Formats: sequence, C-alpha cells, structure tokens
Amino acid sequence: MDVLMIYLRVFFTGGIICLIGQILIDKTKLTPARILVVFVVTGAILTSIGIYQHIIDFGKAGASVPISGFGYALAKGVITEVDKHGFLGIFTGGLVATAAGVAAAIFFGYFAALFSKPHIK
Amino acid sequence: MSYTKLNMTNEEYSEYVKEKEKTSPIVKDCLIAFLVGGLICIIGQLIFDIFEKQYGFSFKNASTYTTISLIFIGALLTALRVYSKIGDKAGAGSIIPITGFSNSIVSSAIEHKTEGVVMGIGANMFKVAGPVLVYGVCSSMIIGFIYWLIKLF
Repeated sequence: MDVLMIYLRVFFTGGIICLIGQILIDKTKLTPARILVVFVVTGAILTSIGIYQHIIDFGKAGASVPISGFGYALAKGVITEVDKHGFLGIFTGGLVATAAGVAAAIFFGYFAALFSKPHIK
Repeated sequence: MSYTKLNMTNEEYSEYVKEKEKTSPIVKDCLIAFLVGGLICIIGQLIFDIFEKQYGFSFKNASTYTTISLIFIGALLTALRVYSKIGDKAGAGSIIPITGFSNSIVSSAIEHKTEGVVMGIGANMFKVAGPVLVYGVCSSMIIGFIYWLIKLF
C-alpha cells in the first residue's frame, strides 16, 4: 500500500485517540493519572472482545503508541500465554508481553531523573 | 460582567465562574491534542519502519524497539525540560502517547528529587504510572482468567 496512505492513517488514528482524551479532560476534569488508567483498561477490554485488533490493523502505530496500545499489549499477551501455558499464563501473560516497555520506563525514568536538576520555578 | 464587582452574591459568583469556564477553548484544545498526538504516532511509525525495513527486525521486535525508543525520547525530553513545554499546550496529545507515560515517571521523580534517591526518586517515580500498571495488569489478569474459563468448556 501507498506509504503516504499508511502514515495518514497513523496520524488520523493517533490523533482521534488523543482527541477523545482531550474531551475527557475538558468535560469531566479527570486528572491525567485517571485518564491514563481509563485508556489502559479500555484498551485491554477492547482487545479482549476483538475490537482493538481492527484499530491496530487500520492505524498501526497510531493505535499502538497511545497508552491504550499498552492495554492492547497486556490483553493480547495474556491470551497468547494462556494458549501456551494454560492457567499459569494468567499470571505471566501481561507482564511478559510488556516487560521491555516496563523495564525501559523504570531504567530510563530513573536515570533521567537522577541526572536532571530538581525543578525550581 | 464587571470584574471589579466584589459584593457578588453566591448565585452571581457561580454564574461568573460558569461564564469564565465557557470561554475555555475546547475546540482549540482538541485540535492541538489531535495534531500533537497524531504527530507523535507518526514518529512512532517512522521509528518502527526504520527498525523493520532498514535493520530487518521481525514485526514483534521492531514494535518492542519502537516502544523502548519512544520511552527513551520521552524521558530525555522531560529531563531536558522540553516535554513539559509541549505538554502545557498539547494536553492529552502529549499525555496519552507512551512518551507521556515516561514523562509522568520522570517528572514525578524530579519533583521529589530533593527527598533523596530512594525515598524521593525511587518512591515517587510511579506516582502516576503506578496506577496505570496496577489497573493494566489487574485487568489483563481478569481477561486472562475469563479466557481460561471459556477455554475449559
């Protein structure tokens, strides 16, 4: 498929997901932490009922880069692991699939904070 | 309404507040969130294409490297005080992408840095990102359990 078309889809999908978040912030006064939680859980639920996979197929990074894509990775991981290892997969699935991201967030987050000066306003 | 009017009744005041609230430019907020969010996702797709096509990684590995790269970029830009400047304008456009997740970790850590490296940085870096992990992992386990139950029958 045309590369430009793919990038347009990525832009559109990612933009729409963030737009929904912005409407939630403006209309409900949810704090960013709550918005992130809502998006992760929604992403996981939409994945479990097979909807988010369609959004990923359409929007690619536009659907996987927003935090709802983290919920997608968690839910998809747990389903894959339950298929492979049965009951144990319930415990391992989510974190196995997202291990790299979580480890990167802890590691880079820690060192970025360590080497940065405390905030003075 | 006059802004010098100090002897407002409660009703008048709440009307005044409402009036001020209405002027918050929600359309402009949404447009900027759309543009910035879309742009960050395009950067993600670019990174993914580079890993997949230039370096020949598998789909899964290329997506993982993309996530790691975006988290790195988000952390770096937060430490350099660039991300918060974007965030002031972009709202959800900079919160929802995965770069916002790493931004939340670094900025909460920096905020409490003066309390030390263990109780300051270590204890506070997951102030915002922690709930995301808690709810994300718990919902994935519930989904996994339901899926496991369905597979039994």
